[in-house]
Amino acid sequence: MRIGVFICHCGTNIAGTVDSRGLAERAAELKDVVHSEDLMYTCSEPGQAAIQRAIKELGLTRVVVAACSPHMHEVTFRRCVEEAGLNPWLFEMANIREHCSWIHTDMEKATEKAYEIVKMAVAKVRVAEPLFSEEVDVNKDVLVIGGGVAGIQTALDLADAGLKVTIVERRSTIGGVMAQLDKTFPTIDCSACILTPRMVDAAHHENIAIMAYSEVDRVSGYVGNFKVDIRRKAAMVDWTKCIGCELCMQKCPSQAPDVFNSGLAETKAIYIPFPQAVPKRAVIQTEYCRWFQQGKCRVCERVCPAGAIDYEQKEEIVQRDFGAIVMATGLDVFPWQEHYPQYGGGQIQDVISGLQYERMLNASGPTGGHVHRLSNHEEPKTVVFIQCVGSRDESVGRPYCSSVCCMYTAKQAILTKSHCGMDTEVYVFYIDIRAAGKGYEEFVKRAQTEYDVKYVRGRVSKLYEEGGKVMVRGVDTLLGEQVEVPADLVVLASGITSADGASSLAQTLNISYDEYGFYKESHPKLRPVETNTAGVFLAGACQSPKDIPTSVAQASGTAAKVLVLLAKDKLKTSPLIATVDQSRCVSCWKCLNVCPFSAPEKQELRDGSTKSHVIETVCQGCGICVATCPVNCISLKGFTTDSVIDQIEEVLLA
Amino acid sequence: MTVVASSQQTQEAGSAALAEGAGPARPIKVVAILCNWCSYAGADGAGTARLVQPYGFRVVRVPCTGRVDPLLVLKAFEKGADGVLISGCHPGDCHYSEGNYYARRKFELLRRMVPHLGIEPERFRYTWVSASEAARWQEVVTTFLAGVAALGPREGRAL
Repeated sequence: MRIGVFICHCGTNIAGTVDSRGLAERAAELKDVVHSEDLMYTCSEPGQAAIQRAIKELGLTRVVVAACSPHMHEVTFRRCVEEAGLNPWLFEMANIREHCSWIHTDMEKATEKAYEIVKMAVAKVRVAEPLFSEEVDVNKDVLVIGGGVAGIQTALDLADAGLKVTIVERRSTIGGVMAQLDKTFPTIDCSACILTPRMVDAAHHENIAIMAYSEVDRVSGYVGNFKVDIRRKAAMVDWTKCIGCELCMQKCPSQAPDVFNSGLAETKAIYIPFPQAVPKRAVIQTEYCRWFQQGKCRVCERVCPAGAIDYEQKEEIVQRDFGAIVMATGLDVFPWQEHYPQYGGGQIQDVISGLQYERMLNASGPTGGHVHRLSNHEEPKTVVFIQCVGSRDESVGRPYCSSVCCMYTAKQAILTKSHCGMDTEVYVFYIDIRAAGKGYEEFVKRAQTEYDVKYVRGRVSKLYEEGGKVMVRGVDTLLGEQVEVPADLVVLASGITSADGASSLAQTLNISYDEYGFYKESHPKLRPVETNTAGVFLAGACQSPKDIPTSVAQASGTAAKVLVLLAKDKLKTSPLIATVDQSRCVSCWKCLNVCPFSAPEKQELRDGSTKSHVIETVCQGCGICVATCPVNCISLKGFTTDSVIDQIEEVLLA
Repeated sequence: MTVVASSQQTQEAGSAALAEGAGPARPIKVVAILCNWCSYAGADGAGTARLVQPYGFRVVRVPCTGRVDPLLVLKAFEKGADGVLISGCHPGDCHYSEGNYYARRKFELLRRMVPHLGIEPERFRYTWVSASEAARWQEVVTTFLAGVAALGPREGRAL
């Protein structure tokens, strides 16, 4: 056995706290190590060339690289040693950066620890065996979960490239939050004019199937071969017959809250969210329907010219197979009412959210684009905007920046002036103005100079009603003074939170999410649209708060990454799987019971006995069966019990 | 700059605790077995964020806590570990759907058994740290090692 060890300096990232040169000298003394050297940047071209040269010239049979986390560059180095003729699984990484040099300050102690980490990696590689991948067929259909602007963009890009795409949207129409917006910053062009043609493109695309009013219930399988249960919810309307004429909506006698208009208006129990809905199909909200609640009415059934109403409709589960899944589940508006009692907690009529104001500004909104106070329907003379409501506020558990509120507030401030006249007083209370996008800073400047929007730096401590006004009490930190503005209308720049149900959907797909429910990318810089679950990708605000340009750019990036995956006809499976030593198997079937993937099966042998056998392409390599087998006859390749014990021994014998 | 200074102080306080607990004999050694998808990544995140941690732990990466046979923990104690820390994905978030549920059952039993083997309960802990919880990892590893350091190195090798 001829092991080569390569210690990385990573510039000063490692060498600043760990004596990489000294480490290489000590590693050379380890058993079976025939070569050891330190390199400035092991992952760079010269670094990789040095490894390959050593493999060829010195006949190395195993390689250890002590550098960063295996999550960072393990794949890089496996490829590197493979190119030099070594089996890629005869390689091991020692993480002396994230787990050592970056978390310690004392050079002597950190170097000693790094040495032990290297010894553990050498111990592990010593018992490593060459492993080989299987090849499996790839299903080239793609599932996009969420039909907002990000989901639509990814779907259109993939469909244009020739892949079959299914968009699953839980609402009855695609379009997402963007469909609710009036204008977009920094161009002040109409949101619907940009989005609705894309919605129609998606609906008419020969490669796109839209499953609206549906949700993903269950996902099994693995990259290239996912099996997905999609629950088509009962709309109580036969969508194959519905023509979207809205007659039912006009005649329906039951009122229901209008979610699309953010609660500013009421809609009917049978409804189509907005005129440009795609698909334009009606849904009965049974909890508000007179027929479902009181057993009489059936007006919609009588007026429907297409005979589409079906009160007996049941939800159904549709099973589909996909090769890749894109999460584009978007965002929700932070529920400020529950967290800001000082702003009235939703009890003051003339305090509304940014999204509600958006609907009010919209010409096809409930007020026809007329801005008025909800209390008396008069046009406001003084409008106050408050930034960072549910963003950058640790007191409500939202320390992050929602990234869009500064800009949408500037836009709404400008639109207020154009809707209500330039003599309207407009104030913006802010902490900092974050206008980092292209043309954004100029846009905010325009609001301040051209439109005379008064920006006040400081938080608002309290909103209360007095004399028919909403009193805004806050502080101007630049003047160092308490200020009070009697306002007619207050608009809260309510922040972005993850979509309702985001974390439970993440659990369905086995992807990671943060404490706020935003999905975690595989690596923030190197793999920003991938998740740690192979074959599952991210697009748009489900990953973090994003504006429209960023969401669309990311969505196209996601489409490109899906294409990279599905451009191949066969996929190599991970060789890190469980195998059964059938000569020792006692046929207790505990492995069959515990496996989440049904990878072990009963296999009849020639001698008539039945033993456990792991189906290679199904096994995901978790090793639950290994820890369960009472006779230790299952081994997990790459993570054998021996290798774990050897590593532990190296730590403790030192 | 203040942040760096304060984490330095934490570090010094931690080292002092270690030195105090360990005495002049030898520094303590803790085996940390981390699942690849959540806790290992969380520990990576702690490194990326330069969250200072005590020296006395060594990480063994496994695909899933469900892969960890309780015997591996006992093996570590047999070989002389001063403490064993296991961390995986939060229940419900397992990369393999249910591996950590199996782990939880096994380690809960093991946790109750450990004192009967003459090992102080503070020397064994199983917990959950997600990939995004870098600060939680720092807190978990720091408090666990402080607890072990307070007990000092284990005498003798055998269980």
